[in-house]
Amino acid sequence: MDLTLLPDGGMRWLDASGPKSTIVLSTRIRLARNVRGIPFSQRAKDTDRKAVLDRVQEAAAASDHLSSAVAFHLDEMERPERQLLHERHLISKELAGLERESPPRPGAALLVQDQVGVMVNEEDHLRLHGMWSGFDLEDAYAAVESVDAELGTLIPFAFHPEFGYLTSCPTNAGTGLRASVLIHLPGLVLTKEINKVLQGLSQVGLTFRGLYGEGSEVVGNFFQLSNQTTLGKTEDELIDHLGKIVRQVVEYEEQARDVLLRTAPEEVEDKTWRAYGLLKHARRLTFEETMNLLSGVRLGVGLKLLPGPGVYTLNKLLIYTQLAHLAAMDDRSTGDRELPTVRAAFVRRLLEDEPNVEPR
Amino acid sequence: MLCDNCKERDAIINLTQVEHDSKVTLHLCEQCAQLKGVETGGAVLKTPLGGFLTALGKGGALVPTPADGVRCASCGSTLRDFRDSGRLGCDQCYATFDAHLRDLLRRLHGSSQHVGERYDAPGDLEGAADPRSRLLELKAQLRRAVEGENFELAAELRDRIRVLE
Repeated sequence: MDLTLLPDGGMRWLDASGPKSTIVLSTRIRLARNVRGIPFSQRAKDTDRKAVLDRVQEAAAASDHLSSAVAFHLDEMERPERQLLHERHLISKELAGLERESPPRPGAALLVQDQVGVMVNEEDHLRLHGMWSGFDLEDAYAAVESVDAELGTLIPFAFHPEFGYLTSCPTNAGTGLRASVLIHLPGLVLTKEINKVLQGLSQVGLTFRGLYGEGSEVVGNFFQLSNQTTLGKTEDELIDHLGKIVRQVVEYEEQARDVLLRTAPEEVEDKTWRAYGLLKHARRLTFEETMNLLSGVRLGVGLKLLPGPGVYTLNKLLIYTQLAHLAAMDDRSTGDRELPTVRAAFVRRLLEDEPNVEPR
Repeated sequence: MLCDNCKERDAIINLTQVEHDSKVTLHLCEQCAQLKGVETGGAVLKTPLGGFLTALGKGGALVPTPADGVRCASCGSTLRDFRDSGRLGCDQCYATFDAHLRDLLRRLHGSSQHVGERYDAPGDLEGAADPRSRLLELKAQLRRAVEGENFELAAELRDRIRVLE
């Protein structure tokens, strides 16, 4: 597989060009759709799965939005390559088949063009998704929705007048829409206000997850906030509601950071410089430690306690210090015991390329 | 109360069955209930929707209902398959199990009536379908929208019906 086929490696959102991008890393939109008359994944035979992929590929070829999409056939790819796509948030763990020994079943695929991707034969036949830099629900939704609208004229989707778009799991029925933001909340964690905020989220119909979505743990103070329900509200209502709450959480985070700066300025400055020092000089780094140190540096950059590195570099480090990325970069296996050394060397190299990060 | 089966342990599950047109209620302990094939709370909680499904059974035993045996004519799934996996077999399952799913969707989302984007699949746009059956379908939708107190949707449907009439 050649990931250079994807401009920006399929991750334009890393460039930190979007609104509020020091606190909100990215905004993601996902729409779940199924092809009418073909069994859902739970019951689909290999021939059904191939029929779904054929229909999607035919529709993509005939469309404006996906006519030059790059297609990845996951059943024909080796495990480390599938893991790479997962680490880039382009496919789910389930579609990548990372939880099973054998390769994914025939028909499992990813189509990507620009910033929009279509996972084929995941839990639903089609999962359309797009990831945008910073806090940008409107642009992300508009882009994914236009691909959905076009595909919907080329493929008959399963739709019910009462229940809306029909999905494999009823938790996604109706709009099939999951909107989420990946947000960095070290201020709320350090001031111990985070649990109150997270509890509040469930009361307003939102939910939080870790860095990789469903079932993943929270590391490096990164939280994924998203809508819990998908039915009974319009797409715009769901997005507006999430947007309103996220704006509030961003405000709380900014207030928490102000409190930190007022009450413990030296401790915070010390914490961020230590994190930077460790990243710059450590000889072995685990992924979890890297994430936590990056969180400290990101906080320092956001508070202007550290003059650099840039947020783009910090974002790149989040992705490229993951297992499959390091292994591919250094031509090793993902089980290699020397990966913490490779990771530390890579982090040092990226930070050295950053100009002018000197103590004031 | 002691279990009707083993007469040793306390009965914690009331199993109501309909046999030969008469209702029989058995009081069972957890072990005997499992022997009789009744799913108890613990087993149900393993699936992602376990919590909600348990809530449907009011936190106690999920009593097998006649609907458990109903198979989706299109894919062959039963409600039991759905309970075990948390996933439906095909789009027709929504019609086969609509009463159960409507209830579940209301618990999950607070509503079972989609009010988002309307969708017409290629080939069944309004002009293409038989206008009379289209009208009947819209009227059925209107009735459901009013029942679900979705007045915005109801108004939209009423307008579409007027155009067709």
